[in-house]
Amino acid sequence: MKLHVKTTINGEEFEFLCEPRESLLEVLRDRLGLTGSKEGCNNGNCGACNVILDGRLVNSCLVFAAEAAGRAITTIEGIQGPEGLHPLQEKFLEHAALQCGICTPGFIVAAKALLDRNPDPSEAEVRLWLAGNLCRCTGYDKIVRAVLEAAKSTAVVMEK
Amino acid sequence: MKNFAYINAASEKAAIESMSDKALALAGGTNLLNLLKEYVLAPEALVNIKGIAGLNAIESFEGGLKIGANVTLSELLDHAEVRGRYPALHQALYDIGTPQIRNMSTLGGNLCARPHCWYYRYEYFDCKKRGGQGCAAIAGDNEFHAIFATDGPCVMIHPSSAGPALVVYGAKVKIAGPGGSRDAGIEEFFTLPAAAVARENVLKPNELVTHVLLPPPNGKSATYEVRHKESHDWPLAMASVALTMAGETAQEARICLGAVAPVPWRAAAAEAALKGKVVNETTAGEAAQKAAEGAKPLSGNKYKVQLVRTAVKRAILAAATGRRV
Repeated sequence: MKLHVKTTINGEEFEFLCEPRESLLEVLRDRLGLTGSKEGCNNGNCGACNVILDGRLVNSCLVFAAEAAGRAITTIEGIQGPEGLHPLQEKFLEHAALQCGICTPGFIVAAKALLDRNPDPSEAEVRLWLAGNLCRCTGYDKIVRAVLEAAKSTAVVMEK
Repeated sequence: MKNFAYINAASEKAAIESMSDKALALAGGTNLLNLLKEYVLAPEALVNIKGIAGLNAIESFEGGLKIGANVTLSELLDHAEVRGRYPALHQALYDIGTPQIRNMSTLGGNLCARPHCWYYRYEYFDCKKRGGQGCAAIAGDNEFHAIFATDGPCVMIHPSSAGPALVVYGAKVKIAGPGGSRDAGIEEFFTLPAAAVARENVLKPNELVTHVLLPPPNGKSATYEVRHKESHDWPLAMASVALTMAGETAQEARICLGAVAPVPWRAAAAEAALKGKVVNETTAGEAAQKAAEGAKPLSGNKYKVQLVRTAVKRAILAAATGRRV
């Protein structure tokens, strides 16, 4: 039997039908066409599927789509503002904090959740927070630098 | 994953009425979803217990805390009283999984999580826990398995990192079932494979952990964990310690090991060795030697015996000094 789920994704209301066994990641990608969230390990290790669910960073591969009912989800597609790229996205580009790119949406969503919680993190805090995201290309340094720089630039915007 | 019926339980009573050996409780899901994906478990129904009122709160209770089973590890880590009064629990939670995992995982789920033994998790290996005849871990790759109680039918390590801390604080587990609610001491809650190899605790299929009751802390406490990686890893060995101090002397000591036995493993000989002693490097080291007594490691995990000594010594010193060692 299919379940009828109503939820809010990136500020927009969505309705879908899904089987109980479908993960939120599967529904985002295969039913709703939001393919920015990636499937890496599909078991909670890699963070490529990260989304923000009611303000909390989660692995969407470990959440059933049925559990999205009545909740608010932010995916990588919702990070960009009306005025263009989010500072995190700009800094990732500036610092070349990606190579193959498959981990990037997960990193940016995770970093967004960090800055929402802690706008001025130390390098150690960034590294600890990103422990649940795997990148096999960059060696992480450029990613950490991009997040720290984005934190500085959002702080400047807020001061203005 | 085999499909299943999805049941939203609005109350403890509704959840208990729906639960059976074929209808499992779903809380944070970080443990359960992977077991379903790997076909280790294939229930006919899942009973979502996250909507049950009253299981999401941390409340003051008889000078201690009453923690709802659905409280997430992140919520516990952010709680001032957990951080300030229960450092052994806070330090144990701090190193679990990743921020994402801690945002989803619940305290009840941490206590009820199924083992991460790779033979249990892989359907093509023999495993008594899955109804098989033998244990592939005994002759196989067992570097991450138990070193205590290894003469039983299963050499898993219990996956709960919160368990040892709850043991040293003398916590109780509130269990709801068809006949009402009962409190079990945390040490009685966990059961050895020799008692019932298919499960890891006293819960019957239609019983639910609803709360953890923490008595007021009685002294100083700490947890020390040894692991390969600083980020995102399972412990290889861990120790939680609670000391009742009179000046620099330990009047009482409670010491419990994690990741080395099928249950959180109380180190009674180490407690006796420390009791009445001034706590310093020497006495902590002597207690640590006692903690490893009785270990019967498997072919691939003799290294864990020394890790137990290290974890116990450092946890004792961290508890006594209030500093991470």
